[in-house]
Amino acid sequence: MRFLSLILINLRRHRWRALIGVAGIGFGVAAMLTILGIVNGAIVMFERILSSDSHYLVLEKNVSDLFFSAVPDEYSAAIGKMPGVASAHRLLFGIVSSPGYPVITCFGLESDDPRLKRAEWQSGQRVDFGRLPNEIFLGSRASEFLHVRLGDMLPIGATQLRVAGILKTENGFEDGGVFLPLSDAQQFFHRPNVCSVLAVQLQDKATGEEFKRLIEVAYPKLIALENREFNQSYHSFRILKTMAWAVGLCAFLLGGLGVANTMLLSVFSRIREIAVLRVCGFSERQVAGLILGEAVMVAAAGSLVGFGLGGLVLLGLPHVPQFQGYVQADVGPLVLASIVATTFATAVVGAIYPAWFASRIQPAEALRYE
Amino acid sequence: MNETGKMLVSARDLSKSYDKGRITVLNGVSLQVYSGEIVALWGASGSGKSTLLHLLGGLDLPDRGDLSVCGLDPRLERDRLQLRRRHLGFVFQLHNLIPDLTVAENLSVPALAVGTTASDTSARARLLADQVGIIHRLGHRIQDLSGGERQRVAICRALMNSPRLLLADEPTGSLDEANGDLIFSLLKELAEHSGIAVVLATHEFRFADACHRRLHMRNGKVSEP
Repeated sequence: MRFLSLILINLRRHRWRALIGVAGIGFGVAAMLTILGIVNGAIVMFERILSSDSHYLVLEKNVSDLFFSAVPDEYSAAIGKMPGVASAHRLLFGIVSSPGYPVITCFGLESDDPRLKRAEWQSGQRVDFGRLPNEIFLGSRASEFLHVRLGDMLPIGATQLRVAGILKTENGFEDGGVFLPLSDAQQFFHRPNVCSVLAVQLQDKATGEEFKRLIEVAYPKLIALENREFNQSYHSFRILKTMAWAVGLCAFLLGGLGVANTMLLSVFSRIREIAVLRVCGFSERQVAGLILGEAVMVAAAGSLVGFGLGGLVLLGLPHVPQFQGYVQADVGPLVLASIVATTFATAVVGAIYPAWFASRIQPAEALRYE
Repeated sequence: MNETGKMLVSARDLSKSYDKGRITVLNGVSLQVYSGEIVALWGASGSGKSTLLHLLGGLDLPDRGDLSVCGLDPRLERDRLQLRRRHLGFVFQLHNLIPDLTVAENLSVPALAVGTTASDTSARARLLADQVGIIHRLGHRIQDLSGGERQRVAICRALMNSPRLLLADEPTGSLDEANGDLIFSLLKELAEHSGIAVVLATHEFRFADACHRRLHMRNGKVSEP
């Protein structure tokens, strides 16, 4: 028998207790995986919306959210004509509602926007975009949950708009949203002659720093950010990520308490046995190692359970109609590694006191009083 | 006393009390134990037999007195660990085997503590199990064994790391007469044929009387008739 075998045997002997510990860790992992997957997915989707074929985003400085950013059209036009700028596309974000669906993301776009070119048009044609008034274009998921087809009239707010096209995009936000020609969107949202953000593509990306400097000098109320900079500095992303980690860590805290409780119960019920191990020559360190080893095994099993459970949830969530296609999980290696590291750290921290307690058991007392 | 044996235990003026000195269990106990002998600590319950064994085995610390076991000082943590790992074996009244483990797994626990290889552990376990007649039980779990068999497993476990001194605390106390006799014979054989010293705490006179030496414990003191 090896040390590892003894650890596994001990877990098997107290299998229900061990399973409760595994379940605690497993739910923690699943919760963290699900939350981080959804939040990261949302952020990635939003990043893709913004960075579509662009190098820089120009927006109003110091706004709390992109929905409140206002870049005047005259500035957009001037920026589009700046030397070195290959293209500049205006994008206006808004929220619209339809009966039963109070929050639908609306994108106000110019007719030559790259995302319209890239989309797979399931019905209608791109050339029709912005051709006639009172028309709306839908992402394919939006058309599904709104139950409308080409030519149908769709109530949006107080107006009725004709569905003039349905397009499928790879981005969940876009696919679950609706599209209006920019001028219609400006009118609808009472934001005449402004856009939320200007997506700028440069002829030479190496001139980016100079472009930023020029924007800062010429338009002090605006800021130009590289996509990467925007992702790092955008408050909403930071709040989302922080919230996700906070909620996930709370789940882990509960899991850690579960492990601590499980291991402590395990130690209390084996005081005599641990005393016998000491009598047989186990050092304090070996006894502590035994308990910590059991906790690590519980964490390992909990991780497997949690990843399985969380993976199933993430696979299933996009198919829940209520999410309107907005859930598109994104779990990178860094997130997985962070979850694994947090799991093992939680389990070990949770087992420190039980391990210390076990290592301090005095054989004579334990054998005398039990 | 076995005058030809090597002195393994030298205790002088050992005292031990509990409850902040209100209960004196040992009061100036001195004794020597030599290799190859079986020494009985004989006395009634509460006379201090177990406490003395615990002090000799480094499971507890004396309040006062000098103690040397196999050339080591059980009052030092480093020496205590060495003693338990290499020089001492313990047998208790209640066998104190780990339930749910097989006999072989229980026997491998002391070997695990000192990092003996799996093959050496297995060979040693088979040898000892064969000597005490439980080799056919190696794969059985402890709860499937009789009281006598369990105690024989406990003796094998105590011998796994080839100790020089065996401390047995009422090993026959929970057994019927036949099994008690068998266990005592095993212990005596060990002392006579393998040179191990055995200190046997017992309240049964017939076992104490059959030992090489009988130390009578009463009121925390030891006397040799």
